[in-house]
Amino acid sequence: MRPTFINVGERTNVTGSARFRKLIVEGDYPAALSVARQQVEAGAAIIDINMDEGLLDGPKAMTTFLNLMAAEPDIARVPVMIDSSKWEVIEAGLKCVQGKPIVNSISLKAGEAEFREQAVKCLRYGAAVVVMAFDEQGQADTAARKIEICTRAYRLLVDEIGFPPEDIIFDPNIFAVATGIEEHDNYAVDFIEATRVIKQTLPYARVSGGVSNVSFSFRGNEPVRRAIHSVFLYHAIQAGMDMGIVNAGDLPIYDDLDPELREAVEDVILNRPQRTNVSNTERLVDMAPRYKGEKGQAQVVDLKWRDAPVGKRIEHALVHGITDWIEQDTEEARLQAERPLHVIEGALMDGMNVVGDLFGAGKMFLPQVVKSARVMKQAVAWLEPYMEAEKAGQEAKGGPREQAGRILMATVKGDVHDIGKNIVGVVLQCNNYEVIDLGVMVPADRILDAAIEHKVDIVGLSGLITPSLDEMVFVASEMERRGFDIPLLIGGATTSRTHTAVKIEPAYRRGSTTYVIDASRAVGVVAGLLSPADRASNEAATREEYARIREQYARGQEVKARFSLDRARANRFRPSNNALPPRPSFLGVKAFDAWDLGDLADHIDWTPFFASWELIGRYPLILEDEVVGQAARDLFKDAQAMLKRIIDERWFTARGVAGFWPANARGDDVVVWADETRTSELARFHGLRQQIAKSNGKPNLCLSDFVAEDGEDWLGAFAVTAGHGELEKAAEFRAKGDDYSAILATALADRLAEAFAERLHKEVRTQLWGHAPDEAATIEELIAETYEGIRPAPGYPAQPDHTEKATLFRLLDAGRNAGMALTESFAMTPPASVSGLYFAHPESHYFGVGKIDRDQVEDYARRKGWDLATAERWLSPILNYPRA
Amino acid sequence: MSRADRIRQLHAAARERILVLDGAWGVMIQGKGLTEADYRGERFAAHNGQMKGNNDILCLTRPDIVAELHDAYFAAGADISETNTFSATTIAQEDYGLDAQAVRDINLEGARLARAAADRWTEKEPHKPRFAAGSIGPLNKMLSMSSDVNDPGARLVTFDQVYEAYRQQVRALHEGRVHLFLIETITDTLNCKAAIKAIKDLEDEGYEPLPIWISGTITDRSGRTLSGQTAEAFWNSVRHAKPFAVGFNCALGADLMRPFIAELSRVADTLVAAYPNAGLPNAMGQYDEQPHETAHFLEEWARSGLVNIVGGCCGTTPDHIRHVAEEVAGVQPRQIPERPVAMRLSGLEPFELVA
Repeated sequence: MRPTFINVGERTNVTGSARFRKLIVEGDYPAALSVARQQVEAGAAIIDINMDEGLLDGPKAMTTFLNLMAAEPDIARVPVMIDSSKWEVIEAGLKCVQGKPIVNSISLKAGEAEFREQAVKCLRYGAAVVVMAFDEQGQADTAARKIEICTRAYRLLVDEIGFPPEDIIFDPNIFAVATGIEEHDNYAVDFIEATRVIKQTLPYARVSGGVSNVSFSFRGNEPVRRAIHSVFLYHAIQAGMDMGIVNAGDLPIYDDLDPELREAVEDVILNRPQRTNVSNTERLVDMAPRYKGEKGQAQVVDLKWRDAPVGKRIEHALVHGITDWIEQDTEEARLQAERPLHVIEGALMDGMNVVGDLFGAGKMFLPQVVKSARVMKQAVAWLEPYMEAEKAGQEAKGGPREQAGRILMATVKGDVHDIGKNIVGVVLQCNNYEVIDLGVMVPADRILDAAIEHKVDIVGLSGLITPSLDEMVFVASEMERRGFDIPLLIGGATTSRTHTAVKIEPAYRRGSTTYVIDASRAVGVVAGLLSPADRASNEAATREEYARIREQYARGQEVKARFSLDRARANRFRPSNNALPPRPSFLGVKAFDAWDLGDLADHIDWTPFFASWELIGRYPLILEDEVVGQAARDLFKDAQAMLKRIIDERWFTARGVAGFWPANARGDDVVVWADETRTSELARFHGLRQQIAKSNGKPNLCLSDFVAEDGEDWLGAFAVTAGHGELEKAAEFRAKGDDYSAILATALADRLAEAFAERLHKEVRTQLWGHAPDEAATIEELIAETYEGIRPAPGYPAQPDHTEKATLFRLLDAGRNAGMALTESFAMTPPASVSGLYFAHPESHYFGVGKIDRDQVEDYARRKGWDLATAERWLSPILNYPRA
Repeated sequence: MSRADRIRQLHAAARERILVLDGAWGVMIQGKGLTEADYRGERFAAHNGQMKGNNDILCLTRPDIVAELHDAYFAAGADISETNTFSATTIAQEDYGLDAQAVRDINLEGARLARAAADRWTEKEPHKPRFAAGSIGPLNKMLSMSSDVNDPGARLVTFDQVYEAYRQQVRALHEGRVHLFLIETITDTLNCKAAIKAIKDLEDEGYEPLPIWISGTITDRSGRTLSGQTAEAFWNSVRHAKPFAVGFNCALGADLMRPFIAELSRVADTLVAAYPNAGLPNAMGQYDEQPHETAHFLEEWARSGLVNIVGGCCGTTPDHIRHVAEEVAGVQPRQIPERPVAMRLSGLEPFELVA
C-alpha cells in the first residue's frame, strides 16, 4: 500500500506564486483569499502561507491575511502552515490562529539558544514545527549531515524541551539535481537516504520538503519536471516522506510515465552508474526536448520561406528579424509597386502588424521585436532615395506618409540611463508612431519647448535613479503651469504605479498621466490614449484607478513602528569579532587604465542582462525556458558575438580607480583621515541608520557599524566604468538604423561595468587590501556575493543618499583617474559606471536603511550642513512621514 | 498539607471516582436581592457608574456571601468549587471602570475565599478532600471574530493584550493559592490559547505548575464553538496545554450536549468534564430543569463512560448538585483512552496524520 502523503497547498506563498505576491503587495486581500479558497477546494489538506517579500511589512501582512481568513469558514477549516524565514512573522501568525498550525520553519542555523527559545514558543502557542536541516555550519547537503543535524535537533526538542515527537517535521533540504555539477548528482539520493534514516531512528518524526527544487535545472520543460517529481516522490515516499509542498494534482502517475523517460529520470534521481558513454544528466538533458512538445524540437535552418511571394517573404523577414535578403526583397516589391511609398504602406506595414499582433499575444519578445525594427529600418532606408527622387520629380504629390501619432520621449534632467526608453521608442516606431527622442539629461523647459515645437500628441518621461522621481513631478507641474493637456507617460526602473498615482498625477490635472510598466505595454497605452473613441474612457479609468491607489496608499501609511534615533543608535550592530583588518597594500588612490575587457567578460552576471530586455529568468536556466527560451538563446548568441567584437576591436575602454585610507567610525559617520596619525580629517562619509523597530536582538544597522571607532581600521572606495566609447558606438549603430545593436552595445557596457566592479573587488579582497587573501571564490559565488566584505554604493539601500557620491568622487579624483563625472542629480557619466565604498569587516553585510523618521533627518541635515528642506528632498524616498 | 500534596490528592481522587463540580453562581447571587450599595461596599462607594451586576466584585465587598455559596456547594457534595472570578480580567472589568489593582484584588480575594472554604471542608471530611478552581472566563472581546460586520479583519484587541489581561489574572489566582485553573465557557479558542500561554509562561517565573482544566462552549446543535471549531478541532488546538481535564459547559442542556461530550470523550486522552445548563431557558429566561432531571442525564453519561467530572452551569443550584453527586457516587469514572501517536492539527476542523 502506498503510504499516506500530505499535499501542502503552495499557492498562498508570495515567494512561490507571482499572482499571490502581486495581490498581497497591492493589498487586494479579497482576491488573495480566493486563491486560498481555490486551494482548499482543490483538496489541499494544509495551506502554506508565506509573506516574505521585501516590499511587505511581513508581520502585518501575515496578521491581516490570517484575520481575514478566520472569517471564511470554507478556508479556515484546514490547518495553516505559517511559513517565514523571519521569526517575527511566524510569531505574528501564531497570534492569529485558533487552530493548531505548523510553523515553517525553525533551525539550528543561529545556534541552540535561539532554536530552543523558538521551539518553546511553538510549544506554548500550540504548534507543530518544521525543522530545517540547517545548523551553525550551514545547510546540510549530504545524507550524513542531514541525519546528523536532524538527530541533534530531535534530541534537543524531545529530550530537553519535551516537544511531542509527533509534532516534529524535518525538512532535510531538497536540492536540484542534473545541474551539470558533479557534486549535485547525489542530492536526491542524499535526501531519500536521510529520510529513510530519520524515519527509522527518530520515532514519530515526519519528513517534508519543497519538491519542485529537485527539478530546478529543467525549468521551462514542465512535462520533464513533472516526471522528475513523480519519480522522486515515488522513491522518497517509499523511504518515508510524509508531506511536501507540491502541486500534487499535476503529477503523472509513476507507472504511466514513458518507460524510457522514467528510466533516464530514475538514473538521475538515484544517481545510478551511467548506462552509455554520456552521463545520466546529459542523457536526460538530451532526451528532455522530446518530451517538451513541439517547441523543443531541434531547429533546422529552413529556407522554404524563400519560395513564397515577396509580400510573405518580407513578413517572414520582419517576424524573424532576418536582414540577409531584405534589400533584395524590398527592391523586388518596389518594382512591382506603383510608388515606393506603397511598399511601406503595404508589405512592410502588413508585416509589422503581424509582429505587433504576435508581440501583443505574448508570442514574440522584445529582443525579437527590436530586431524586426532593424529589418524595417533597413527596408525603409533602401526605399528612401527612390522616395526623394519621386518627391523631386513630382513635388508634393501624395503628401507625407501618415503617422499614427507623434510621441516625444526624454530621460529627465540629471539622469543618463536610456536603454528602456530606447526600447520603448523602437517598439512605438514599429507600430507606426513617430518618435522624437530628446535623449538623456533633458531639462523640463527643453522637453516642453520641443513638445510645442513638434506638436506632439504625448510626452513620455523616463528615469532610473531615485532623484529622477522628483524631477518627473517637476516636469508634470510645469506642464500644468504652461497649460498642456496632452497625455503624460511615466516609465523607468525607479518609477512605479504608486509613485505616479500619489506624486505625479496630482501635479498635472489638465491632462492625463499614465504609468507604463514596461515596453510591451507601451503600444497599448499609447493607442488607447490617441484613439478618439476611447481616449476619454481610458483616461477616466486611469484617473479612477489612481485615485484608488492614492487611497490605498494613504491607508497603508499608518506609521510603522520606528525606534527613536537614540534608541536605534543604542541598538547598533556590535560585531562579535573585534579583530581589525590588515593595513591595505597602499594608501591613497590607484588608477587602472584599460583593464582587460576579456577578463571582465568572464565575470559578467547575465541574469540582469536578460532582464534589461524584459526576459525574466535566471541565467543559464532562462536559455531553456519554455516560453522565452528561444528569444533568450538568440539574444545571447548576438550578445556573445558583439562581446567578442567589443573585446577584439577595443570598442570600449574600462577605466577605474580604487583607494584606501585610515578611517574610524564617529557615530553614524565614517571619518577618513589624511594620514596614519589619524588627526586630520580628509573626508567624512555620512551614514543613515535603520529605525524600524527590531526585536530578537537584531541590530539597527548603519554602515559605520562596520568600521571600528578606535584603532587602526581602514576604508576603501572605488569608481569604475566600462562606458568610454559606449555612447559613440551606440550613436554609430543608431545612425545606421540599427537600434538593436545600439541597445545591445549599451546593455553590454553596463554588464562590463558591473563585472569590473566585481572583478576589482576580488582584487581588493585578495591583494590590494588583502583582508581575505585566501578566498577562492568561483564566478557563481562572486555573483551570489558569498564572499567577505561589501561594496555598497551611495544611492542604494544601505545609504540611499546619492549626494554622498560627491565625497566619493572627490576622494578618488574620479574625473582625472577614470574620466568619470557626476550630473546634478548625482548620476554617473559615462552611464556604464559603478562606484562604492569598501568595508572589510567579516560580518559586514548588505542591508536596506528603510524608512527613517524626522529626528534622523534633522540630525542628518545638521551633519551634512543642510537645511531640513534640502535633506527631505534628497531623502524623500525614505521618509517615514509626509514631506511638508 | 502543602498545595502540591493536595494536587496529588486531586489526581488520585479523579482515578477513583467521578468528581463533582459546583453549580451556578449568578442565579444564587440574584436570589440574595443585593442592592447597588452591597456591590459597592466601602471601597467603591464613590466609584462612577453602576456596579450592580458585577458579581465578581462581591469577593471584595460581600465576601460573606461568596463564602456562603462555596459552603453551600461543598455541603451539597461538590468536590471542586470555582472562585467567583469569571469576569475578573482588566479587559472584562473595563465595562465597570475597574483598574488593574482592583481586578488583581478580586482574584486574590476570590482565590482565598475558595481556598478557605475548601480547606475547612477538607478538615471536616478528610476522606473527601475539596478543591478550589480558579475561574478564568471568556472575554467580551474575541481574537478570531470580527468586531465589525463591514470589516472581517477588524479586532478590538490583540493577542498580546488578551495575553496580558489573562497573565495578570492567573498570577493573582495563583498567589491566592487556588489548586487548579479552570479556563471556562470558551467561545473563542484563540482567547483560550492566550490564557494557556499566560499560565505556562508563569512557570518560567518560578510559579509552581498547577493543573489546567479547559472547558469550551458548543453554542448550538451544529456542534461548533462560537468561533467555528468542532469538538475534535478544539481539542487539537488546546492539547498542548497538557490539561488535567477538558470538556464543555454552558449554552446547552445535558440532552443537547451529549453528542459533543461523547465526541470529546472519544478523542481526548485526558479527563473529560461536563457541566451543562439546567436545560434551555424558558421564555422568561429561567431554567426549568429539575435537579433530579439534570442528575438523571449526568448519571447516564457517567455509566456510559463518557465523563470523569460533572457539575452544573447556568440555572443549576446546590440542590441540583446534591442530586448529581448522589447519582454518580459509586459509578466507575471514564477510562482515559490510549490514542495512537499522531500529528494532530486543526483549523475549524481536525486534521490527523497517523503513523
